[in-house]
Amino acid sequence: MITRLEDKDLKRQSRRQLLKLAPVAALGIFAFPKVSDRLVEAGVHFSDWAAGVLFRTQHRAQTFADSEVVPFEKFPYNGYDVLDPEVDLENWTLTVEGDVQRPGEYKLSQIQALPKLMQNTRHVCVEGWDVIGAFGGTPISNFLTLVGANTGARFLEVECADDYYESIDMASALHPQSLLCYEMYGEPLDRKHGAPLRLQMPTKLGYKQAKYLETIRVTSVLKPGKTGYWEDQGYSWFGGL
Amino acid sequence: MGNGEGNNNEGRNQEEMSKEGGQDAGSPLESVMSAKADGAEGPAVESAEAKVDEPVLVRAAYEHPLPIRLTHWVNAISLFVMVASGLRIFRAFPSFGPKIPEKVLLDIPKSLTLGGWLGGALQWHFTFMWFFAASGILYLAYQVGSGHYRTVLFTPRDIAGVWPMARHYFFFGPKPPASGQYNPLQKLAYTSTIGFGVLSLLTGIVLYKPAQFSWLAFLFGGFHLTRIWHFAAMCGFLSFIPGHLIMVALHGWSNFVSMLSGWKREPEYQE
Repeated sequence: MITRLEDKDLKRQSRRQLLKLAPVAALGIFAFPKVSDRLVEAGVHFSDWAAGVLFRTQHRAQTFADSEVVPFEKFPYNGYDVLDPEVDLENWTLTVEGDVQRPGEYKLSQIQALPKLMQNTRHVCVEGWDVIGAFGGTPISNFLTLVGANTGARFLEVECADDYYESIDMASALHPQSLLCYEMYGEPLDRKHGAPLRLQMPTKLGYKQAKYLETIRVTSVLKPGKTGYWEDQGYSWFGGL
Repeated sequence: MGNGEGNNNEGRNQEEMSKEGGQDAGSPLESVMSAKADGAEGPAVESAEAKVDEPVLVRAAYEHPLPIRLTHWVNAISLFVMVASGLRIFRAFPSFGPKIPEKVLLDIPKSLTLGGWLGGALQWHFTFMWFFAASGILYLAYQVGSGHYRTVLFTPRDIAGVWPMARHYFFFGPKPPASGQYNPLQKLAYTSTIGFGVLSLLTGIVLYKPAQFSWLAFLFGGFHLTRIWHFAAMCGFLSFIPGHLIMVALHGWSNFVSMLSGWKREPEYQE
């Protein structure tokens, strides 16, 4: 729609309209690294909050036929440091601490005595690749019942033989496909895949699937700066899929 | 706003002249609005005097309403961040094939990326995805709600006009007459970017939460293919942006300013 205006009126109106765009300039704050570091961290926290709201404990991740599973040799070994922390498998026990009725040391045979679940699910790495693997273990929820955990607590923390550490939300821990995994491809976990016990959760990214478990702690408080090896460096804590 | 008719404005201008010019320095809106009231008395003023130095009226059009300008710039900034951080994320696994063996598809120079490392890039990506989504949704809601989308939406009627315009731009063909705010080629380009935006947002949701949005992942042909669509949407944006910037540069300052102030001075088209 064409209008005819005096030059000075056009200039004034243009200025007024330009000023209304001022809020956009607020995004310029992201140009300052010191501020933007904090802001993008806050952005990830907000996204994690949204991810927690979206998460449905009863919504199952896709499972696959045996024919869709990648060959064992094509399932990558991934670790942040050493791939084989030389766990003493003979004398290994899992230490259970925190908000549980029966803390203490648990043997692998006690975990293997719980109902077993085998599943072919997708393992998704934060880097962008994914593989479909075959996993076997017991749902974490079974083990939490065994140790008398307070499932009203908010988090599960784990510590690993390679000094890796992780924490996950209770809703994800109680997901029916979240496993304490002791088998891959029908064989006991090999050392580089986390023997004797690892987390395996098809609703979480790879870096949440801690290997070589040594300690599990049920808690409602996470120590700041001690929520997970990669998370403490900037990865999303929720890390959900 | 500001669509006072030429005649009325002239009437007011004459009046102003007779008061020995330009003393009422009220707000521009007031002066434009008062033009209507003054208009009625306009003819009474002696026109001989007024004609001495009648102020020149500028043809102008309020092309871009505030929501459009706001979302355009928020979108421009977020798109820059999403592409630069997205390329850094892609560097972590620059392939669409299997992890073993990994074939590097593209080695994107670090200097073109944002975030410093995968974790940093993800932080930028996960922050600006909200700005990108919010501005996109606000833009679409405004376009549909106001009916303004008709100026931008590419429809079958525009098909015939694409080739003459492309011939003019790329092969020095004759310039087709301007028919409206946007020519058919512009409509095609802008409508495509809306498509790229919707595609990048939906595929982004799948890549972010493939298990929660398994139905959406299924629609895009699974996780793997979704990653390719997501990348393709970015390529779409990257193919649009240089052309867009070149056209803005070629069309001059007043065209560029119109996306800041909304007002375009001396538009090419009539009515």
